[in-house]
Amino acid sequence: MAVEVRVTANLQKLIGGQRSLRAEGATVRELLDNIESQHPGFQNTVMTDGQIHRFVNIYLNDEDIRFLGQLDTPLKEGDVVSVLPALAGG
Amino acid sequence: MTLALPQHYLDQMVAHAREEAPNECCGIIAGKDGRAVKLFRAVNAEASPFRYSVEPKDQLRILHECQNHGWDHLAFYHSHTASQAYPSPTDIRLAFTPEVPGKPGERMLWWPDAYWIIVSLEDADNPVVRAFRILPDGAVSEEEIRAE
Repeated sequence: MAVEVRVTANLQKLIGGQRSLRAEGATVRELLDNIESQHPGFQNTVMTDGQIHRFVNIYLNDEDIRFLGQLDTPLKEGDVVSVLPALAGG
Repeated sequence: MTLALPQHYLDQMVAHAREEAPNECCGIIAGKDGRAVKLFRAVNAEASPFRYSVEPKDQLRILHECQNHGWDHLAFYHSHTASQAYPSPTDIRLAFTPEVPGKPGERMLWWPDAYWIIVSLEDADNPVVRAFRILPDGAVSEEEIRAE
């Protein structure tokens, strides 16, 4: 299952300066594993202790995957996954 | 580096801060080649006087509009309703990625090129707007705002 993954901000640096890449996976978890195999270090930046980092948002098309199936959210051909750092502070 | 902003952006940020007070407000200023082109108000998902977090769907909406126009995120703004216009320790901490396991101290800035604008309502009659950069070592550098 190949999907387009769009990343923003300095995450682009971790995928070789691109704005997006193609990656494979039947779920978001598999997708992140696949990106990690292409670009080591990516997964550790967006995940902590096996979960999506609290200050990272991952969207399937326009939906936050926290409100879908989290890391088990299924993917289908043609989906667009976006990975954004949260904008937060105090 | 000086950040040039239309005067009405400064006015809009102060107005936004006042409308949301005592909670913090937040928003994004889009830019093209370093010039501000649009101010987006965002929803503070925390709805808190002490914290802000751009509501995730709002953030994606703003990102899409910026991508469609070829704009960058020039600056992010938020308010401090009862403290000075200076990045808090939380602001600085959350500007960085989490530490990579096994590599203590290895963190990078999420948005290395962005300005961080803070509107202070500490003195309600005299709001203060200041701009900063957060540097890779965690230091804060104040940048001049030039109103146009």
